Amino acid sequence: MSSLAESGPVPAGAGVGAEGPILVVERLVKHFPIKAGILIDRQIGAVRAVDDVSFSVDRGETLGLVGESGCGKSTLARSILQLIAPTSGSVRFEGREVAGLGRRAARELRADMQMVFQDPYASLNPRKRIAQIIGDPMLLHGIVERGEVKAVVQDLLETVGLNPEHYNRFPHEFSGGQRQRIGIARALGLRPKLIIADEPVSALDVSIQAQIINLLEDLQEEYRLTYVFVAHDLSVVRHVADRIAVMYLGKIVEIGPAEAVYDTPIHPYTEALLSAVPIPDPRANAARRQIVLEGDVPSPADPPAGCRFHTRCPRATDVCSTGEPLLIDHGGGHHAACHHPLDRA
Amino acid sequence: MSAPLLEIDDLRVHFSTDEGVVRAVDGVSLEIAEGEMLGIVGESGSGKSVASLTVLGLTRAANAEITGQISFEGQDLTAMDDEGLRRIRGNGIAMIFQDPLSALHPFYRVGNQLVEAIQVHRDVGDADARARAVELLELVGIPDPGRRMGEYPHELSGGMRQRVMIAMALTNDPRLLIADEPTTALDVTTQAQILRLIERLRRELGMAVIMITHDLGVIAEVADRVMVMYAGEAVEAGTLEQIFYDPQHPYTWGLLGSLTRVDQPRLARLAQIAGQPPSLINPPGGCHFRDRCPHEFAKCTEHPDLERRGGDAGHRDRCWLAPDRKREARVIASTGAIGLEAAKEPAS
Repeated sequence: MSSLAESGPVPAGAGVGAEGPILVVERLVKHFPIKAGILIDRQIGAVRAVDDVSFSVDRGETLGLVGESGCGKSTLARSILQLIAPTSGSVRFEGREVAGLGRRAARELRADMQMVFQDPYASLNPRKRIAQIIGDPMLLHGIVERGEVKAVVQDLLETVGLNPEHYNRFPHEFSGGQRQRIGIARALGLRPKLIIADEPVSALDVSIQAQIINLLEDLQEEYRLTYVFVAHDLSVVRHVADRIAVMYLGKIVEIGPAEAVYDTPIHPYTEALLSAVPIPDPRANAARRQIVLEGDVPSPADPPAGCRFHTRCPRATDVCSTGEPLLIDHGGGHHAACHHPLDRA
Repeated sequence: MSAPLLEIDDLRVHFSTDEGVVRAVDGVSLEIAEGEMLGIVGESGSGKSVASLTVLGLTRAANAEITGQISFEGQDLTAMDDEGLRRIRGNGIAMIFQDPLSALHPFYRVGNQLVEAIQVHRDVGDADARARAVELLELVGIPDPGRRMGEYPHELSGGMRQRVMIAMALTNDPRLLIADEPTTALDVTTQAQILRLIERLRRELGMAVIMITHDLGVIAEVADRVMVMYAGEAVEAGTLEQIFYDPQHPYTWGLLGSLTRVDQPRLARLAQIAGQPPSLINPPGGCHFRDRCPHEFAKCTEHPDLERRGGDAGHRDRCWLAPDRKREARVIASTGAIGLEAAKEPAS
């Protein structure tokens, strides 16, 4: 992994063992072109959804990827899986370059990297039975023989807390939480090493959220899974993640061990974001100081120069509007990109 | 306390469908005083939205059977004809919704929509109505309101649209604002802005607010009193302090216990509520929560009323457990916090 040092800093977890990280993302960029013209399209700009993002994920850990709508977290998740072709940059899974792989090779790899989606209503084919939804990907990847599919699917249903007798039902016969369990069973069937979960609980009621979070944690322990957990709900992420990456307008502004990021945030955006989350405890709520950010997130098609947060930042000075801050290590694997990092008492 | 501004007594809203009668709201009573903020919390299908829509007569339909009483400033809204209700809507009671984009007309400029809302209820000329619209946009914290008047809804951000909706709701100085998940579609920093705005307006205008949400965090931030709904019923009602620090109903324990908190390190495991909410067509007889409750006992097959049981004055619930037993049962052994130990495995 010595090449990493040469090609730029990749914020890694503290526990990079002999095995090395399972996923390394380096200088990943995804720009969506904005086109105009009647007969001939010409590009007049680009939405800079993901703009030079680097990080790595260790085997068996959970990286929480947080940020508000439009910050690029879902685009980043999809670019890692090559569901969206990145504009440039590198994604290495177990040391193997993934970016720019052909369809066939990418498909092979997808058995190792699975995704769980946000909307359990849209992510299951309504015309297919559960047995097919979970079984077909396994057949496609040659993981099971046709004759044993039923038994394997029933095992999986049991693993995710569903009744194995229901393998012949259609998605509409299940509730939202149960559908999310089906989505998890489908991902699990391919025996993946990495699961990217894009807002896996945000469409669910709180009591059901807790069930799904507990299930994901049990499965992680049992199968030694690595998770990239994308979510806008910072309290949920605090519960599941070992490390957190905070995104703002296509950039990672802070990344580090979960406890460090939550207890002693370095970037003013992280601090404001955390303070905006309501705490379900009236006394604790009244006792804390809340920072209410002014205005809205600027457009990712025309992000502010320098630090992208400077237009809303209470600590911004002249340097923030001219020089782009680099993601630098503040100790203990806690990195932040800010010219005026918060005091760390 | 003087006479309540709004008083609901044993409201029931049943819809006949092909599958059977859906008992969407099945026994809700509440009162709200001038200037008070009542939080109604519940999960999808608990009846919280249907109850509030019914206040404005928005659930009147051929297949709906509405019983009970809704009295607003002394008038019975359930008995009122459509014309009378139309005068109440927007004048006495206004409502804002979760999704401001679908609540605004995409083809009309924001200003024209506001002017129309003003002129529906007031006999004022265009110039006066426009002046009032600008004033309202200013009140809800929209910068450069004169320019925003000429914009279309799609040109505004989600937070700005919700501000416009609030401005529209305030057109005729309502005494009561019903806010149905007003921040659910918004990002958390925008949510903080909108919650602050609603707080400020309540203070400045002396308006009562019913805040409907699934998020106990939002409730904790803004409400004076709380009603917890489950399967069409209010299962517990009390002050903010009572609900959060002395909850009486196992469903409330379950809700509190299953929450993740941004200000606390991760727990070993979340205390989940097993199973899922019951069908509203055929809820279990007796206590609606008993299927999922680890503390179920023989008495639970009888239907409990919402009344004062173990709590302090003004604190009511629908649980048969003895008060002492409740205090013991609601503590999660491993953490000492309030919650509902999941004794049953998730059913499927």
